[in-house]
Amino acid sequence: MATLPNREEKLSLDTFVRGLWEENPVFVMLLGMCPVLAVTNSTMNAIAMGLATTFVLVASSTLISILRSWIPRQVRIASYIVIIATFVTVVDYAIQAISLDLYNALGAFIQLIVANCVILGRAEAYASKQRLHTTLINSLGMGAGFTLALLSLGTVREVLGSGTLLGIQVMPENFEPWVVMILPPGGFFVLGAWLLLFAWLKQRRERRLLEQEGASNAG
Amino acid sequence: MSEPQVAPAAPQTPGFRMIRSLGAIAMLSGLLVVLVFQYTKPIIAENQRVAIEKAVFTVVPGASQRIDIMLGENGVTVSGEDEDEDAGEKVYAAFDDQGNLKGVALASGAQGYQDIVKLLYGYDPECACIRGIKILKMTETPGLGDKIAFDPAFLKNFEALDAGLNGAGDALAHPIVAVKAGKKQNAWEVDAISGATISSVAVAKALERSMQRMAPLIQRYKQELSRVGQ
Repeated sequence: MATLPNREEKLSLDTFVRGLWEENPVFVMLLGMCPVLAVTNSTMNAIAMGLATTFVLVASSTLISILRSWIPRQVRIASYIVIIATFVTVVDYAIQAISLDLYNALGAFIQLIVANCVILGRAEAYASKQRLHTTLINSLGMGAGFTLALLSLGTVREVLGSGTLLGIQVMPENFEPWVVMILPPGGFFVLGAWLLLFAWLKQRRERRLLEQEGASNAG
Repeated sequence: MSEPQVAPAAPQTPGFRMIRSLGAIAMLSGLLVVLVFQYTKPIIAENQRVAIEKAVFTVVPGASQRIDIMLGENGVTVSGEDEDEDAGEKVYAAFDDQGNLKGVALASGAQGYQDIVKLLYGYDPECACIRGIKILKMTETPGLGDKIAFDPAFLKNFEALDAGLNGAGDALAHPIVAVKAGKKQNAWEVDAISGATISSVAVAKALERSMQRMAPLIQRYKQELSRVGQ
């Protein structure tokens, strides 16, 4: 979070992309781990959870950004929580109206979006200081990054754990599903593997940069 | 030792400003929640109705209409908006297009491996047997215990599971029991899934408990039940 601006940020492509990659809430900031591990046992659940969180994130950040000069510092956390809880309730009813099966699959984790630190973190660190349009774009990016992370866990776990993707059989008939993948330990395994990949990519890029510097110094 | 750097104190916010902000936000939130609740309420109710209907028609083959009734010691009452606890247990009577009673669906549950297994099952008063089950809610282990919901061999147990009454007509002639996988010999036994014995036993126990109580009542008030559909 070192690049976090305290002054008002100029809108650029980076405002959006940062959430996807450089400051990805799951793979880089390691925030909101509870739903990441709990509901990613199928792709559908991952998509639904990602979209629900994105909606709450965008809506609450937008409202907080609009009201930012109007909320006294002393009561800001209480105000943020009330706003976030409102949008979570809205999502809760919306999902029940869209599909009861999905609602049952996600269980208590819809309500627990209130406690997702990605959202409160964005409100405190970004939305309360930035103008409306940058907040909107930034929270959209963060939401997309969160959804992407859930998806990358959900697809791997569903393919290995049930042999299906979005409910469609993708593995050959004689494939024995790795049941552990749809159980909680599977979440940790897959998350660990992704973190390993990201750390390795980062390290490789840094080493390349160093080598380049060394080469240009020598020359 | 120098004093730690203290940021210049922010100007005090008057109390009424905080109350005003919090109050306004709370009111706005309340308004939004009420609006969404009002808008989604009929849709959610409809979803729930469809879900129950679908489950009832799965466990009672051939049914296409359902009527909610309360069945107790005093007979049959069509359940209205406010349910009377004394009227007995809620059952879904299922009829075909001509209004003939095809069976009744009942909800039951028993302790499984991790939590209560809740299920809906269909009872056919004609053959005095169970015609189908559907697991409504469970948290059994994926890959092992959760097979009770979809394993075809296990579900075949419930195509005609005997739940006949004894001579006096006040209890089942044979208790519904789960037996080890492949050991089923009688029509009232449930072949357990190997590796999921506890979950299979929970299903049998849920059926047994509910049937001991309800099968005698259903048989006694069979005529009244069929009349509800006319």
